[in-house]
Amino acid sequence: MDAKLEPIVKALQAEFGGEIEEFRGEAHCFVQPEQIVAALTLLRDRHQFELLSAQTAVDYWPQMSPRFHVIYQLTSLAQNLSVQLRVPLNGDNPTVPTATGVYDSANWRERELLDMFGIQCEGHPDPRRILNPDDSEGHPLRKDYPLGYEEPQFTFNFEEIDLRKPYAKE
Amino acid sequence: MTELQEVTVDQYRHLVSERALSGETMLLNMGPQHPSTHGVLRLLLELDGEIVINCIPDVGYLHTGIEKNMEAKTYQKAEVMTDRLDYMNTMGNNLAYVMAVEKLVDLDVPERALVLRVILTELQRIASHLVWLGTSGLDLAAMSMFLYCFREREQILDIFELVSGQRMMTTYFRPGGLWRDVPVEFEAAVRDFIKIFPKRVDEYESLLTKNPLFLDRMLGIGKLDAATALSHSVTGPMLRASGVNWDLRKARPYMGYEQYDFNVPTHTEGDTYARYLVRIQEMRESLKIVVQALNKLPFGPVRSDNRKFVPPPRSEIGVSMEALIHHFKLWTEGFPAPQASIYSAVESPRGELGVFLEGDGGPKPYRVHMRTPSFDNLSVLPKIVKGHLVADLVAILSSTDIVLGDIDR
Repeated sequence: MDAKLEPIVKALQAEFGGEIEEFRGEAHCFVQPEQIVAALTLLRDRHQFELLSAQTAVDYWPQMSPRFHVIYQLTSLAQNLSVQLRVPLNGDNPTVPTATGVYDSANWRERELLDMFGIQCEGHPDPRRILNPDDSEGHPLRKDYPLGYEEPQFTFNFEEIDLRKPYAKE
Repeated sequence: MTELQEVTVDQYRHLVSERALSGETMLLNMGPQHPSTHGVLRLLLELDGEIVINCIPDVGYLHTGIEKNMEAKTYQKAEVMTDRLDYMNTMGNNLAYVMAVEKLVDLDVPERALVLRVILTELQRIASHLVWLGTSGLDLAAMSMFLYCFREREQILDIFELVSGQRMMTTYFRPGGLWRDVPVEFEAAVRDFIKIFPKRVDEYESLLTKNPLFLDRMLGIGKLDAATALSHSVTGPMLRASGVNWDLRKARPYMGYEQYDFNVPTHTEGDTYARYLVRIQEMRESLKIVVQALNKLPFGPVRSDNRKFVPPPRSEIGVSMEALIHHFKLWTEGFPAPQASIYSAVESPRGELGVFLEGDGGPKPYRVHMRTPSFDNLSVLPKIVKGHLVADLVAILSSTDIVLGDIDR
């Protein structure tokens, strides 16, 4: 871990508990969902992490608690450092407080979390799907969502498959 | 024919002003087939006469589930999906992905491969900026820009075809190096390009930089200040045009970028014209890097000889039992990566292109997330177009240089 990053991670751990993982020089700090906004505000205001580089999630289905990790990748331009926050969430009602009050870019990213993982962001100003159509069902990046495939049509069974193939007909 | 659906503004009630609900202002769809939206982007505009009051971008028309698809492929095969993200920056996407894989499995790359990667990604940066310059010229009715820019871009794509066999979907960088060494004609082709290109940039600048019509359209519109840009995670030329000197090639050098002498063009105005200047200057800087890299191009292997991750050369398979086994294992099963996650980022022509990669100990990535710069650069658009004319919106949108494939993934 970078020498400049170590005191920041230590301060984060002192404030919020949570364990720290280290891999290839990167620090991953675990934070509880109810404390994430405070942790982001602390990092932004006191340690100059101006940029929320990425915000995404990982689904560990069929493991249910925690089923999701919401990931916040933060970058400090002033100190040239990166740190990752991970928020574990349970599978039955995945809810995390919104980070839109801290970083504006969290707005679209949390819409993506809602769309792709079905993770609700409490207090989000614009909770709509972003990439999938509004009327689509399910959350594609969940591990229990099948990848899906198209049945190949050959000359001998072209019409048979055509009948049950789900595409827009006249 | 499907029945026409009635659409209400209810869904957008919290995003438009009160006056839209009473019908005082007009809601207008721009796109998804509008030529100046650079792809399939729909902008829902709330207009008071010709003034934009609110702008609600609607993305997702190009969503192809790339991240989900990558989870079902081995690390080597998932790479072809990255070409399809930002189709103006295929070499850069390959680079971001292979760097992430190399970091995850801890794989070294030989020097010659590093230098060739730098040459090709910088050429790709020039090609991407050329497409931006041509199409944004076209948006402002400067038709000749489009033709000039695509002439030079064609030359770069010919170089890509020479090395990889493909003009756009290259997949030329592989974990551990390159697909194969460049052919002998490569150096001459790049030198030809280096010879003509500075004069061509001068030519573009003579057409636009001091052109009064162009200045009228560009100066002072779409202003983005540094604090808003950072809060919206805007990166790349857009951030540098707002006065923040942040370039991953300088700040966190990868692929040996610390060995090259180049500047990071920065402007403070934050308007459309500043973004134009930053990109024009970046093309010159990229060319400087290409020249330096080509002059120092060392001889040697272009692939790592770590056989656990990189397949052996064809010639070895006939004479070596181990080589045959490695070849078979790598192409049927793939290589395993540790159960851990990494985040690695490169500077793409549009900004920070990051790859979040998590392995589960098997040969397929458990989760890949592409942090794509266009996504954030577009999210700031509603803020910077407020109060401008619809005609200015076209100029501002083209100055953000978005690629919809990059946003929708």
